[in-house]
Amino acid sequence: MLSQLRSLWEVLKHTFVKPDTVEYPEQRRELFPRYRGRIILTRDPDGEERCVACNLCAVACPVDCIALQKAEDENGRWYPGFFRINFSRCIMCGFCEEACPTNAIQLTPDFEMCEYDRQNMVYEKQHLLIDGTGKYHDYNFYRVAGMTIGGKTKGQAENELPPVDVKTLLP
Amino acid sequence: MNSGLGDAADIFGILVSVIIVAAMLIWVERRLLAVWQDRLGPNRVGTFGLMQVVADMIKMFFKEDWIPPFSDKLVFVLAPTIVFITMLTGFAVIPFAPGVGIIDFNFGLLYFLALSSLSVYSVVLAGYASNNKYSLLGALRAAAQTVSYEVFMGISIMGVVMLSGTFNLREIVEAQRSGWFIIPQFFGFLIFLVAIVAESRRAPLDLPEAEQELVAGFHTEYSGMKFGMFFVGEYLGITLSSAVIVTLFFGGWLGPWLPPLIWFCLKTAIGILFFILLRGALPRPRYDQLMTFGWKVLLPAGLLNLLVTGAVLLSLHG
Amino acid sequence: MARIEIDGESYEVEDGDNLLSACLSLGLDLPYFCWHPAMGSAGACRQCAVIQYKDAEDSRGRLVMACMTPVTGSMRVSIAAEQAREFRSDNIELLMINHPHDCPVCEEGGECHLQDMTVMTGHTFRRYRGRKRTHNNQNLGPFINHEMNRCIACYRCVRFYGEYAGGHDLQVFGVHNNVYFGRFEDGALESEFSGNLVEVCPTGVFTDKTFSAHYSRKWDLQTAPSICVHCSLGCNIAPGERYGELRRVINRYNGDVNGYFLCDRGRFGYGFVNSPERIRKPLLKGHPEITAAMAEKHFHDVLKAAKATIGIGSPRASLEANFALRTLVGEENFFLGLDDTEHTLLETITGMMRNGGIHSPSLREVEQADAVLILGEDVTHSAPRLALSLRQAARNAAFALAGTMHIPLWQDASIRQIQSQARSPLFIASICATRLDDIATDTYQGGPEDIARLGFAIAHHLNHESPEPAGLGNAENSLAAAVAAGLKLAKRPLIVSGTSCSSLAVIQAAYNVAKALPGQNPQLTFTMPECNSLGLAIMGGKRLQQAFERMNENLADSVIILENDLYRRAPGPNVDLFLKTAAHAVVIDSLINATAEKAGLQLPAAAFAESEGTLVNNEGRAQRFFPVYPAPEPARGSWQWLTGALENFQWRHHDDLTAACAITFPALAAITGVSPGADYTIKGCKIPRQPHRYSGRTAMHSDINVREPGQPHDAETPFSFSMEGAMAQVPPGLLPVIWAPGWDSNQSINKFQEETGGHLRDGDAGVRLIEKSGSLEWFRDIPAAFKPQQEVWRIIRLPHIFGSEELSLHSPSIAERLSSSCLFMNPLDAGTLGVSAGEQVAIINLAGSPEDSARDEDELIDLEENSVLEIVAQIDKTLPRGLLVITAGLPEFQFINYWTQVTLKKIHQEGLS
Repeated sequence: MLSQLRSLWEVLKHTFVKPDTVEYPEQRRELFPRYRGRIILTRDPDGEERCVACNLCAVACPVDCIALQKAEDENGRWYPGFFRINFSRCIMCGFCEEACPTNAIQLTPDFEMCEYDRQNMVYEKQHLLIDGTGKYHDYNFYRVAGMTIGGKTKGQAENELPPVDVKTLLP
Repeated sequence: MNSGLGDAADIFGILVSVIIVAAMLIWVERRLLAVWQDRLGPNRVGTFGLMQVVADMIKMFFKEDWIPPFSDKLVFVLAPTIVFITMLTGFAVIPFAPGVGIIDFNFGLLYFLALSSLSVYSVVLAGYASNNKYSLLGALRAAAQTVSYEVFMGISIMGVVMLSGTFNLREIVEAQRSGWFIIPQFFGFLIFLVAIVAESRRAPLDLPEAEQELVAGFHTEYSGMKFGMFFVGEYLGITLSSAVIVTLFFGGWLGPWLPPLIWFCLKTAIGILFFILLRGALPRPRYDQLMTFGWKVLLPAGLLNLLVTGAVLLSLHG
Repeated sequence: MARIEIDGESYEVEDGDNLLSACLSLGLDLPYFCWHPAMGSAGACRQCAVIQYKDAEDSRGRLVMACMTPVTGSMRVSIAAEQAREFRSDNIELLMINHPHDCPVCEEGGECHLQDMTVMTGHTFRRYRGRKRTHNNQNLGPFINHEMNRCIACYRCVRFYGEYAGGHDLQVFGVHNNVYFGRFEDGALESEFSGNLVEVCPTGVFTDKTFSAHYSRKWDLQTAPSICVHCSLGCNIAPGERYGELRRVINRYNGDVNGYFLCDRGRFGYGFVNSPERIRKPLLKGHPEITAAMAEKHFHDVLKAAKATIGIGSPRASLEANFALRTLVGEENFFLGLDDTEHTLLETITGMMRNGGIHSPSLREVEQADAVLILGEDVTHSAPRLALSLRQAARNAAFALAGTMHIPLWQDASIRQIQSQARSPLFIASICATRLDDIATDTYQGGPEDIARLGFAIAHHLNHESPEPAGLGNAENSLAAAVAAGLKLAKRPLIVSGTSCSSLAVIQAAYNVAKALPGQNPQLTFTMPECNSLGLAIMGGKRLQQAFERMNENLADSVIILENDLYRRAPGPNVDLFLKTAAHAVVIDSLINATAEKAGLQLPAAAFAESEGTLVNNEGRAQRFFPVYPAPEPARGSWQWLTGALENFQWRHHDDLTAACAITFPALAAITGVSPGADYTIKGCKIPRQPHRYSGRTAMHSDINVREPGQPHDAETPFSFSMEGAMAQVPPGLLPVIWAPGWDSNQSINKFQEETGGHLRDGDAGVRLIEKSGSLEWFRDIPAAFKPQQEVWRIIRLPHIFGSEELSLHSPSIAERLSSSCLFMNPLDAGTLGVSAGEQVAIINLAGSPEDSARDEDELIDLEENSVLEIVAQIDKTLPRGLLVITAGLPEFQFINYWTQVTLKKIHQEGLS
């Protein structure tokens, strides 16, 4: 009984507490850099597309709102032929960013992406791809991977020995 | 009979103001809850969000007036009107101020009790007519809850009747010139308070609609204006209950300096605030706890209160 | 059976098995790499380490490799022991030291055995900070990608490629930790089974190049059980689709048929489904655009208006489609649509299989044969997967010898060692050298008549009741005696023949040999040209020639051609005349071809991956294929076009059609049991075609419309076009995707077999329609020996794995490996003409063959223009004199009749001296 009265009192005391409400859009909050909003595709430090179309973001997506297709340029570099996010389905969970092995897909603090027509919520690669590196400045997947791409052959990636001459018997 | 009661101005004025108050309560409750939860509440439509009620009404009026094909259609339509009508007619006996009111019954208190128990038919019929298990469960709870708490409610105010020696609400008010009945009848007041919260099915005793368990209980299938009737009916119930509490325990219109009507409205408003505070602060008990509390605590307490009041009265006047 | 204790639990396992295989058969998870159920144990990867205890008291035990440890009674081992787990984890860490950081850009990712095993052993963090060894890659041709950095040196590839499939050009190079698996130099892999490297390699060294060009992860592919349509063997395949395009074909395990392996034509021939040459829309001559509904109406109008409609069936269409056509036009108007010679051969073969009293073996049984005689076939080209099985059959003597030496049969290296001492007899009689000659006990090359005569002679040696060919040479006679002796000793002898050399005598000789075999279990198998050749022959119908005559006699005025290019079946002028005479010609096909181009109405038919049906393979096994994805509008299954035209619509569903077909043909009665019908559910759910991790569902169509379309409904099969449905409890024979928790790669098939490498639990897919019964008389029509004539050659069309099959021709990767359109000739013949390899010759008088000489002159309208073909000549030492060999089925040779007598002339090229 006493506790009931106490809680009544405690709640009543809140009459004089300042509300927490932020009156968006007149007032705006400072969002953290890791806030999970609109999704972007970034480029590596050399200005090339980071996405290698590995499909891991798509499979991690709990609402299946990412679809893409692998393509390959003449140098053997994988990239997404198309990359589509249906933001009308996206729940901004950030699993795609967690799954991305190349830091290509990143979530940004921008969340203001309302549309009157739901069709406009479908973002294609040209809408997603930005010119910068996003949150991760230095990583370049292809400098670590063993694949040959234009300008990098076997043995030229980080921590790689030059290719073995298989026809020698020297130790 | 007192003069000046029941003329057209009274009837019309009370009807309109009661409905407006009930409607505004929708907004008041949301704002107050927001305040107590450190929020702002509806503040966008009109000044301070006052037009929120209008917006809500427009929304409700334009919603599809859906009657489930599996329901008992006639009863389904009638049910929400019952609560609305019983609550409104309940206001007939409320003594707003000397000369302000609709009718002055000698059995005004009994009339109020009768109407407040009638309103449960609305809930039971709605639940039955919806032909939906959640609704039916809600209706069953409502029936059992109302029937149980009816008993203590009646018993708890018998102390007031004994003190004032009348069922006439105006005379009860007049009887409090020497002191509000809350003082001699404090236990009676507490029991009545719990009982009337249960009767009006307000949080924390809103078990018939308990949305966590029963979706929305008896009005699960209701939408549009029929839901609106339940909604407004509930606020009418709150207003009526506060008015009755004020009349019975807080001296009705009595008070210094200000005109009686203002006093009555002020006291009623505080009552309403208290109802909203209850909703904002207390959790809902389990159903078995509700019943146990009623029968095992309130009933003996009510009877004891009656006995003591009777004994004291006898010893004083006998 | 032996009782062993693993981690304190007692199990019953097969005695003599190796411990790894036994553990996997029990469903236990034990990591491994180099062991393969079809190839035995090598002990190369050291991954399957377990602790073996001496006895019940021993608490320390010792580390053993499970794959090299035979199961013995009351042995006690532990998989979970800390020491074993640590060893396996360390081993993976060592294997991964040089493994590149490639998984995101690796085609194997998501179905990688190495990934599975790495996760299984718990190696999650790379500690090695040193530099990685790298290798250069090779270009291995249009089928296979090479990425040597990913290699973990398990040796599976060379063991499969060299030892299992008999290829010579994939080897291991280098020493110590530099070993390199590749070719001596860049170039296409020569083996016809190179595609299996994709599945054999536990990591991403060898990947599917055609798949990589339009790559999707395994979990994103929509898959349904299907049957390969590129030869008569009926290998089980699992085609995968994404974004409305067929992306790849992988092997689908069937313990009785193809087991773990496919040939390259089956694996890479799928490209025709995506070909720009597909008929995508109905086409009515003289009308610009017509809808499916208009086409349907026009089709019905044609049928109604026609006096009589001829229906021409197809050996590459399903039983149901052929049956629907037969019902639509009536039995008297139904023609099989086979080459005339082929018709005769197939009829004879069907008769032998049904009434000959000789068992027709499955490929598993072929692998168990201990003596094989191949008459007139280059099996590698006519039925490639059969050649792989025959290669295993040749090892049976080694297995038998190993048994006497107490070597367990899974001890791969030891068995390969003693293989040099014992090899099961394999005799090959063929037109020219074959790809199996390297394991043959003896080979013989000759004309079709000579092959038949050798066969008859062998039969005569085995049983003197069998007729004896007159005037057989000494060499042939002694060879026949030797072959007969070899076959006589065998317990499970096998005779292989087929339609390749278009000779009835060869087939009859093969039957005589099988009949003459004294053993209890003679087996006789025939290869056929197409996937449903046998099914069509069992159904029976009139000859194509009769259809032409019927049209000529004006008994019919319109024709429906079902999935058939008549120009591949009959001489061009005849077909021209036929199509010209017909008032209406309707072609239902999936690919544009010469016949379709001439037709008044083309109806787009669904390809094998878009429709359903039953095929009968060369063994007599009926198998069902299911649509992988719905046929893109307005294409629909051939059977749907045909049943839609039936007046009373009695067969709305495929199941009804199958049932009606089974009732009409008692020989096909069992086809209703091939697979469950469309009403089959598991706990009320259909079987999902999409894996439960299928991604992009709400985005893949959102560029067209953000409102997602409902999943297509499949009313015809037990499968749904969805990721929802019954995953567990699906009979393994119906599983679209092979996957088990922790086993994302194809190795998860272990979880669905009765024992590793055995039959699938709940039975392999398919129903045998034919069991041996009856007996036929000896065939006595022995042809005279082939005598080369002066200045006259006979053209022989031989099948080639890449080029002879109509559909796979349209696959871009196959097209790159196409057999060259040249003419092979004997060096002596070339010498008399003065032609050397690579020079152009002219073939003259192409249409004149002995049987054709009596043909009506009027019919041969345009012969003069076609009768000279200029072509590059090549020399084949093994080819008998007087024969010229070309590749069957190549478009440029389409109009050349079999056994045509021609003359040759060397072309003197200007500019050259």
